[in-house]
Amino acid sequence: MSVVILLLFASVLVAAGFLVAFLWAVRRGQYDDLTTPSVRILFDDTHTHQAAQEPPRPTGES
Amino acid sequence: MSTTGPHPAISCFHCGLSCAEDAPAIDEKRFCCEGCRTVYRLLQDARLGSYYARDAAPGARPTLTDRSRFAYLDLPETVAALLEYQDERQARVTLSVPGIHCASCVWLLENLYRLDAGIVRSTANLATRHLTILFDHRRITLRGVVELLARIGYEPDIRLAALGQKAGRSPAWKLYARLGVAGFGFANVMLFSLPEYFSAGQISEGGLSTTFRFASLVLAIPVLLYAAQDYFRSAWASLRQRMINLDVPLALGIGMLFARSAFDVLFDVGPGYFDSLTGLVFFLLAGRVFQQKTFAHLSFDRDYRSYFPISCLRRDGACDTTVSIAGLRSGDRIVVRHQELIPADSILVFGEAHIDYSFVTGESVPRQVAAGQRVYAGGRQTGGAIELEVIRPVAQSNLVSLWSSDQFVQARAGARRSIADRIGQYFTFAVLLIAAGTAAAWAMIDPDRLPHAVTSVLVVACPCALALARPFVFGTAVRIWGDQRLFVRAADVVEAMAEVDEIIFDKTGTLTQAQGQRVAYEGEALTDKERELVAAVARQSTHPLSRRVAATAAVGALTPVTHFEEVPGHGISGEVDGHTVRLGTRDWASFGNAMREGREANSDASGQVVHVGFDHRRRGVYVFSAAYREGLDGVLAELRGRYQLAVLTGDTRAEDERLRALFGDEVALRSHQSPHDKLDYVTVRQQAGHQVMMVGDGLNDAGALRAARVGIAVSEDSAAFAPASDGVLEAGALMRLPRFLRMAQRARGVVYLSFVVSLVYNVIGLSFAASGHLSPLVSAILMPVSSVTVVMLATVATRWVARREGLA
Repeated sequence: MSVVILLLFASVLVAAGFLVAFLWAVRRGQYDDLTTPSVRILFDDTHTHQAAQEPPRPTGES
Repeated sequence: MSTTGPHPAISCFHCGLSCAEDAPAIDEKRFCCEGCRTVYRLLQDARLGSYYARDAAPGARPTLTDRSRFAYLDLPETVAALLEYQDERQARVTLSVPGIHCASCVWLLENLYRLDAGIVRSTANLATRHLTILFDHRRITLRGVVELLARIGYEPDIRLAALGQKAGRSPAWKLYARLGVAGFGFANVMLFSLPEYFSAGQISEGGLSTTFRFASLVLAIPVLLYAAQDYFRSAWASLRQRMINLDVPLALGIGMLFARSAFDVLFDVGPGYFDSLTGLVFFLLAGRVFQQKTFAHLSFDRDYRSYFPISCLRRDGACDTTVSIAGLRSGDRIVVRHQELIPADSILVFGEAHIDYSFVTGESVPRQVAAGQRVYAGGRQTGGAIELEVIRPVAQSNLVSLWSSDQFVQARAGARRSIADRIGQYFTFAVLLIAAGTAAAWAMIDPDRLPHAVTSVLVVACPCALALARPFVFGTAVRIWGDQRLFVRAADVVEAMAEVDEIIFDKTGTLTQAQGQRVAYEGEALTDKERELVAAVARQSTHPLSRRVAATAAVGALTPVTHFEEVPGHGISGEVDGHTVRLGTRDWASFGNAMREGREANSDASGQVVHVGFDHRRRGVYVFSAAYREGLDGVLAELRGRYQLAVLTGDTRAEDERLRALFGDEVALRSHQSPHDKLDYVTVRQQAGHQVMMVGDGLNDAGALRAARVGIAVSEDSAAFAPASDGVLEAGALMRLPRFLRMAQRARGVVYLSFVVSLVYNVIGLSFAASGHLSPLVSAILMPVSSVTVVMLATVATRWVARREGLA
């Protein structure tokens, strides 16, 4: 019996992990642009020139 | 190698437009103009040639204009307003670039660093047509970045309105987050509820059952407090305005579900209805996500500031300085050059002004203004530079006052209540009545069961399916319309379109089209040889009218032209084959002795004219009159019987007869309408109880568009120009307007049908609830079944309607 309860909390914990990942992705702006990445993936050459330092992204509440 | 003779199939390798026979070429590739060739060469030199490998002719013709146009980007306050981020090395800016339209564009714009070492990284967004650029501001200025973009044909659209409101994150992410939380709660609560369903509420091990119930309660709390909070807010806001919208019974139902379930679980009465609660919230939010199909690359809220330049040239004594137009004061002297907009109402001090007021009045013939006379904001100077004295600052000018007029504000503030809200009102009263009746009945039969029955009624009466029907029907319609080139701001517009009973059209730019004007020649006939010479001269100029003359007159081979000269505001002249040919205004073409000539019958009609002169004598005139859009007669024939029609135009009455032939005798025709007149007319008709749809081009009828119940802007290119309106219709889709309207009405019918279906479910549920037999199991079955059937009915029926109208 207790093993079912253990399982229950394990499963909720896993689901919560996915929820947190989803919320993180939404807040990072991964859902802002759903069109361009599908195009970008077709470019064969890679960006060689990268910024040394990332300036902070706006994580603004609107 | 070069081909000779006319070859209509040649199109520019860079931009795809058709090329003249003598087009510049490189590597056997042809280009329509020097600009396109320059871009090609630039890209080849930077080894970015694979730009052309993805899509055929992906480029846009670069605008070859005066570089000083971007001088305002050196002003520190403009830079500060545009930059999102800046440190001692790098700066980041997000620009709106309407030219982004394909994979090649994205590729090129993300490889900008290869064109200029100062650019660190650039990221394009195909959907919103925004470009975010991170650049090293010690190596390249913001102006330099913008100039680079303009040079390769991707000129950003920097507008006054954009300053001060930086590209922020869309509020859509919150909706996704709420949906995520609701989905998480729903899925897990369902997992805990399944054992209860299958054991019919009799789980043998009591401790397990209690654990499941408490876990459900815990999971339901974030769903109630976070995911569903919009419904509570909306219900509260509507109650405070002493109105009842559909969110009131929804919030009541959700709140009651939670309270009753929490009570059941805490006092060990039963398992509660957390599965229904979380599922309900999840489906409702899914409907919202579905409804929220907005067209991100269009802006429906542009006002006058979008059209005006950001800066202008102010003359201070001997030197000119670039100042932002917000800083203009009465009495300032400003300089306006060829093709620039006049930013504020002013008086002409110096120079020859030919003001094109098509933006303000719809009249396309430039008006000549003498020194000392007034010119109004929004006019476009054609000709040389003029000097003006500002009499009213921008915010008080004639055109701008259109947006701040009282009428306009009133028209907007008038509450538009949706069918759902109207039904919600009756619904709430009905539910409260039934709850009261149930309470009264159980008080007599068995007072102990009264709370159970009453809460059951409030729980099951929650108009979930009712609230789902509308977003799914109108959301589907918005998607389908988007594919058919009608982009509407929100799903509500579909509903408003179903209620329209009067359609008002603007003429210029809406019914008529800018391109494809009809050309007629009047006057002394020209021989073929002479037409050839006219074409040869006209071809030297880039002025749109010259191009059209060249296209009309062109026959045979090219004759070399010498002494070519272009005098802004007058015309062009050139020597060809021993003749002097002049094209332009009447004065110009008659070589200055126009006074004693007879006038042609029609030469001052609504169209534009180009006079032709040969060797010191005027010979005739090309009249360009507006051509009505193709298929217009069919559209109007369909609309005529069903709607009251009206046409407003800033032009003269010259076209009245043609309009009557097209629209029928019942049409209301009004000419010489200023933008304010148009706004007045729409307001008056609305106050007379009509539901007005205004169809205009969004330039001089912006006020009318926004005052009307539905304002649809007709645009040649929705990406380049989307004025303030409820929707943008691409000009080519104008002929589908009757079908859009009919589909809106049918879609409303589908909503009503869905309401009926959901009411049937509600009645079934209520009969269980009022008799005190609503078990969690019944609720758990009834709730998703009703939601899913309504959603399916809504989407399938709407698609079927669209197919019947030939729109899908």
